[in-house]
Amino acid sequence: MKFIIIGFLAISSLVVLNQNTDNYTSQKDPLTESIERGSEIYTDFCMSCHLANGEGVENVYPPIAKSDYLFKNREESIRAIKYGQQGVITVNGKTYNGNMAALGLSDDEVADVMNYITNSWGNKNDKIITEEEVSKIKK
Amino acid sequence: MKQIHLFIIIACITFSACAQQTESEIKAESPKDLNYTTELLVPDLNIPWGMTFLPDGSMLITEKSGELIHFKDGKKTNIEGAPEVYVRGQGGFLDIVTHPDYTNNGWIYMTFASTEGGGDGGNTALIRAKLEGNTLTNKELLYKATPNTKKGQHWGSRIAFDNDGYLYFSIGDRGNRDVNPQDITIDCGKIYRLNDDGTIPEDNPFIDMENAKTAIYSYGHRNPQGMTKNPFTGAIWVNEHGPRGGDEINIIKKGKNFGWPVISYGINYSGTTFTDITEKEGMEQPLFYWVPSIAPSSMAIVSSDKYLNWKGNVLVGALKFSYLERLVLENNEVVKREKLFEDIGRVRNVVQGPDGYIYMAVEGKGILKIVPEN
Repeated sequence: MKFIIIGFLAISSLVVLNQNTDNYTSQKDPLTESIERGSEIYTDFCMSCHLANGEGVENVYPPIAKSDYLFKNREESIRAIKYGQQGVITVNGKTYNGNMAALGLSDDEVADVMNYITNSWGNKNDKIITEEEVSKIKK
Repeated sequence: MKQIHLFIIIACITFSACAQQTESEIKAESPKDLNYTTELLVPDLNIPWGMTFLPDGSMLITEKSGELIHFKDGKKTNIEGAPEVYVRGQGGFLDIVTHPDYTNNGWIYMTFASTEGGGDGGNTALIRAKLEGNTLTNKELLYKATPNTKKGQHWGSRIAFDNDGYLYFSIGDRGNRDVNPQDITIDCGKIYRLNDDGTIPEDNPFIDMENAKTAIYSYGHRNPQGMTKNPFTGAIWVNEHGPRGGDEINIIKKGKNFGWPVISYGINYSGTTFTDITEKEGMEQPLFYWVPSIAPSSMAIVSSDKYLNWKGNVLVGALKFSYLERLVLENNEVVKREKLFEDIGRVRNVVQGPDGYIYMAVEGKGILKIVPEN
């Protein structure tokens, strides 16, 4: 009996762990490491509005998962995270007129969270966003 | 027999993984005929977190980004000497409230995210100060939570005075759910009670407890961002954000444990659970809980006669769904919920002004006054 329980728990934890590491390669390149750090930033600073699956809330918080805005507007997206976002933007055909305050993140944190969100929930971006790239983007 | 055991275990695990949540029994409805509309009083504000009225009818408004604005005779003036604010995640310039005897003593109380003290990051601070001309003077730091942390979440914070002149303010769990809220020897995840000069009242509940943070009045809170004195009973009422589901209204009681995160009607943002229980002996039940979450930002209880049938109602700003929620209570039980001004924007704050009218702060818009139609 005990073995069955332990076995079951082991299998279920493996499934959970696999889900978490699915997106990452086993070798840790700078992008993978940045994504991992970005995941923590996302949990702390973004998730309460944009939710765990990046889908946001219809008409209030735009989606990040499969967001056309994010991929067409790399610089604007970095600027929004760095300085905040006000006014109308169109994401996947829907307009949003929200107000995201500046998050108070440092440039390396902005890069990390950008690398995380551009490589999660079906998003894919091979061109790593660096601290240097973020530092050059002005208000 | 073994099979039954296994079945039960699998069923339990499946059940908890799927995290069935009981939705709030009373659902929010759209009003049939709302005879009120909003009038833009103070335009062009970003995130007007706190607001308070001065005896001359003017207002002080905090912007989360750190500005203190005096709105008088239709004009906005930036006040100099505003506290140095640490803008990080949900932290920034937070609440502002005048002393109940402001006319005689001139004290203004403010909460904000502060880097004061050692270590990286910040935590919630409470100060008082006076307004002289366009400058804040006589600034006194009354409380600063420790330790500083770079976490972005759950700073609280609202301020309220009760009928005996005690000051209450809230600090959220600062993103350290499993450490802070249940431990009264450390800050965060608490409601605090102070004398108006910042000293700790001698009858605070944990005053004689070794190592306790003696300013604590109640604990086991997640992130109370709404707080008001019930004008009918004098009790301090709060609303607090849950995670995914499990926002709550609580009536604050001396020394009580409000249960976070041991008991909760909420689940993790990811959909997994962190607790299986919603009640436990020695822990307070909320007066009301929201599933799904509305993200309650603020709270006012209507005591004026300006609005037909609203007297005694609780108004709560819903950040997530962009409306003002009106809750009708009978014998401290919610019997009706209404969505006022749907799609108005993120309602950051709601207060009843000294004139009896209700004022709402909406992000990206400004301060709106609720007035009869026509």
